[in-house]
Amino acid sequence: MTSLPNVAVIGFPGSNGDHDAVHSLNIDVGVDATLVDYRETSLDGFDAVVLPGGFAYGDALRCGAIARFAPIMTPLKQFAKGGGSVLGICNGFQVLTEAHLLPGALLRNKTLRFHCFPCRIGIVSTKSPWLSQCKEGETLTLPVAHGEGAYFVDDQTLATLERNGQVALRYVESGEGEGAAEVNRNGSVAAIAGITNANGNVLGLMPHPERATNQLVGGIDGLRILSSLLDRGKAKSKAS
Amino acid sequence: MQTAEKSWSEVGLSDAEYESILSLLGRDPTLVELGMFGAMWSEHCGYKHSRPHLRQLPTEATWVLQGPGENAGAVDIGHGLAAVFKVESHNHPSAVEPYEGAATGVGGIVRDIFTMGARPIAILDGLRFGSLDKVRNQYLFSHVVAGIGGYGNCLGIPTVGGDTAFDPQFDGNPIVNAMCVGIVPHEGIVRAKASGVGNRIVLIGARTGRDGMHGATFASVDDPEASHRGVIQVGNPFLEKQLMEACLALLQTDAVVAMQDLGAAGLTSSIIECASRGGVGVDIDVTDVPRREEGMTAYEIMLSESQERMVLVCAPERVQEVVELLARWSLAAQDIGEITDDGMITIRERDEIACAVPVELFIDACPTYHVTATESESQRSRRETVVEVDPGSPASIADDLLMLLAEPDVGSRRPIWEQYDHTILTNTVMGPGAADAAVMRVKGTEGGIAISMDCNSRYCDLDPYNGARLAVAEATRNVACVGARPLGITNCLNMGNPEREPGSWHLQECVRGISDACLALGVPVVSGNVSLYNESGGLPIQPTPMIGCVGSIAEVSRARGLRWYDGDHLLLVRTGEPTLGGSAWLAATRATTTGSPPAIDLAIEAQLQDLLQRIAREDGVHAIHDVSLGGIAVTIAECSQLSGTGVAINTPASLAPLPWQQLWFGEVASAVIIAASAASAEEIIPASAEVGITCEPIGTIGGDAIRFPDDSGLSVAQIRAAFESALIAPIEAGDLIAN
Amino acid sequence: MTIWRVEAMIMPKDGVNDPQGEAVHGGLKSLEFVGVQNVRVGKIISLSIEAKSEDEAIDQAMHMCDQLLANPVIETYSLTATQPSPAAKGSIA
Repeated sequence: MTSLPNVAVIGFPGSNGDHDAVHSLNIDVGVDATLVDYRETSLDGFDAVVLPGGFAYGDALRCGAIARFAPIMTPLKQFAKGGGSVLGICNGFQVLTEAHLLPGALLRNKTLRFHCFPCRIGIVSTKSPWLSQCKEGETLTLPVAHGEGAYFVDDQTLATLERNGQVALRYVESGEGEGAAEVNRNGSVAAIAGITNANGNVLGLMPHPERATNQLVGGIDGLRILSSLLDRGKAKSKAS
Repeated sequence: MQTAEKSWSEVGLSDAEYESILSLLGRDPTLVELGMFGAMWSEHCGYKHSRPHLRQLPTEATWVLQGPGENAGAVDIGHGLAAVFKVESHNHPSAVEPYEGAATGVGGIVRDIFTMGARPIAILDGLRFGSLDKVRNQYLFSHVVAGIGGYGNCLGIPTVGGDTAFDPQFDGNPIVNAMCVGIVPHEGIVRAKASGVGNRIVLIGARTGRDGMHGATFASVDDPEASHRGVIQVGNPFLEKQLMEACLALLQTDAVVAMQDLGAAGLTSSIIECASRGGVGVDIDVTDVPRREEGMTAYEIMLSESQERMVLVCAPERVQEVVELLARWSLAAQDIGEITDDGMITIRERDEIACAVPVELFIDACPTYHVTATESESQRSRRETVVEVDPGSPASIADDLLMLLAEPDVGSRRPIWEQYDHTILTNTVMGPGAADAAVMRVKGTEGGIAISMDCNSRYCDLDPYNGARLAVAEATRNVACVGARPLGITNCLNMGNPEREPGSWHLQECVRGISDACLALGVPVVSGNVSLYNESGGLPIQPTPMIGCVGSIAEVSRARGLRWYDGDHLLLVRTGEPTLGGSAWLAATRATTTGSPPAIDLAIEAQLQDLLQRIAREDGVHAIHDVSLGGIAVTIAECSQLSGTGVAINTPASLAPLPWQQLWFGEVASAVIIAASAASAEEIIPASAEVGITCEPIGTIGGDAIRFPDDSGLSVAQIRAAFESALIAPIEAGDLIAN
Repeated sequence: MTIWRVEAMIMPKDGVNDPQGEAVHGGLKSLEFVGVQNVRVGKIISLSIEAKSEDEAIDQAMHMCDQLLANPVIETYSLTATQPSPAAKGSIA
């Protein structure tokens, strides 16, 4: 019997990409995704955890600043420390940096405006199991939608991140076509779009892979990231 | 009871209206009653001047599940589902505080939709500002856009379309209209009809502050900035998101009898409307209303327009269940009163009765005024002005096209919609800029809905009757262009003072135009809103009957947009003849709005829309794009810049005698361009002829430039650069101004 | 001429809804800071202004607040000026 990986999608007050993530994972990716309330205190039985996009607590004070104290964050930290796969998308990425599960911080976009458009994203390192189906140097088209996506980290830490292969994704030239505008429009340090922790099991990214898993809406490049969950399903069925 | 120490004129009532209240009550009103009459008898709530006109609008069709009179209208979109939609204005608050005014406008319309039990899936915005040469207008423009995005993005509802224009006649009176569309199973539609004597009235959401006192009255007077008093409403989209999720969850239970949001005139209008629909009375105690500030009076509580609040009606034994469910979203709920059988609105402040008035005095007794107006001489001469052009002018088609593409009215809206999250909820098949209407899939089906919002204010200014017909025709045509069937419209009538000309004439003629167009096209009006008194210094805005249209499409994978492909044949499908009257070209080259807008034959328009729906299904048909602002040349350039491919254009034989300015930049009703394979093009031409519509080849797609018949040309890169430049500088300048 | 350091504290006006303050209040409550009665979130803008006197520096800052730094429709502001001395600088840490 094949066993689908169980994925927890955490719903914080103000999350708004939670249902998109659950839908994309269940229908397009084909795993078993469940919405898990922020008040839960256990993540037992889950193979991976997704922190979705949105405006947890209305982004009050700083994005993710209040969400990091939610009850679910205690088992999440344990889960991450134990090597569990954690993906933070957009606001989820912001929560992970506030919770110190990922280095750095996300600041207001350089333009001081919210922006929403498809971006070309280059795969820099495939250290993370989330990127196990991608090749280094390959590019994906993924939508972004954020007001505070300028990744910031000090030079010293940046050098460490680069050395460890923790810089996972970068904004790259779109080549020809619409949106041939400036690359890295949010003003991220070193055009970083996504980073991992030292082990690679925790990945945070500003683009939305869950909005690009169907040809009709947003294309299918998001599957290049999210379908990596199926590998974990295989591993799991082998193990069992 | 204490009688009012406030003057009736302070609450917006005329002497005659006050006399009428005295005789209806048989006594002096209390202060609270006076304030409540002022709000309920305002144009915003009472539709005093618009109601006599609005009666003529066609509102019925077999697929209409809910017409006007509820929080929003609803149409059947198949699969047992309904689309629930409405457009509403927030013009006056946006003139004073553009970010919060626009944000709370979005909040209000979204509440109207989820109050009906529907999950909101799309927002559209209809915007008008004065000339962008003025710093104040740059500020209003940039901050209104930021406010719409700030609220909608946080709620997680994509903003997928709209209609934005600029004209000096909107100086001092910006227009901010927001439309929301939601989806709900037929049986899930909820009405705001209070019933069940003894049932409880529960107030939920935000606490009540002194925000937006007299908003409804304030929306019904000239010169918003001069007349505004009180505290500006500041929206809380995070709270609204919680409220939306909680209300939708609550409606899955059967605990709620009725639900009504608090909008203009706050608690006053919501309880009165709820009671009136249900034919019951209500009895509430304002001391039970949770407050944000100390020392608020009953008057303030009843008229506060604090955002993110709702009232529910539920059986006494279900109140606890409701309170507990709401607590899961960290929302407060407070029992504030009950449904009675006496037909009275009773407001208490502990032992003191602050209001005891029969419901019908607020609603049915609200006076209506039927002002009959005629076109003025100056208006007529402006409309009858013939636009002369010199065909021998040294400018080329390419020169004028490049100039026009960079105009704020014509150029790309990307700087607006890139600030809106238009991909969240993962339903957006055709987003902003991609097609004539937004196309949203309905998950779990192959189908979806198409949504458009349109109005050409210049046309309405020159000829309000014809302009309104053109607005309905364009909104429905845009839905047909993507391949969907128009099912219903919602309208927001933004006009000047209805008590005198030309405002009264604008209102009368626009409603007549909408009505005639809807009848001819078989599309009912299911919801709407009026915003009158949009005047500054005695000068009205260009009348703007903003039309939102919703249609259904069987297969979203077949929705058509602006993208054409190398080798396609370009066809011009039309019935009318281009005219420069009221055109964007005229406004750009001569800074004037004169002449007659395009003529329209609605019977042929209906044929065209049927034809478009059939054509769109064909595999070989790639792009379908409505000819509108800027005429045929701009329409072609829009497809070209989006597709990244040029086209070699020939003169359409049927229009060859026209001066080039009129042919290429004149505007025309009932016209589209279609890019299709050679085989499809061969089928479309006779199919059009069969229904009396002219269809002729005007070019072949290919290369990296547009070549015109006068041998002028523009590269796709030049077109993009001009098109994309139009709004960037003004919006960036506006961002830098804090107030 | 002296360089004055002027701090503009900008707060939501009394009575104006402050969603950020409410969310932070909720966050503090969930961390069991139960004694907090109210939270309002504003911002501080630090300006270094060259002026002849403290009054002139404050006067300039007032104009800045009126025109740009604060939105009088929803915000109020207060100003405090200090003349930074080299000794004071850096001694904070």
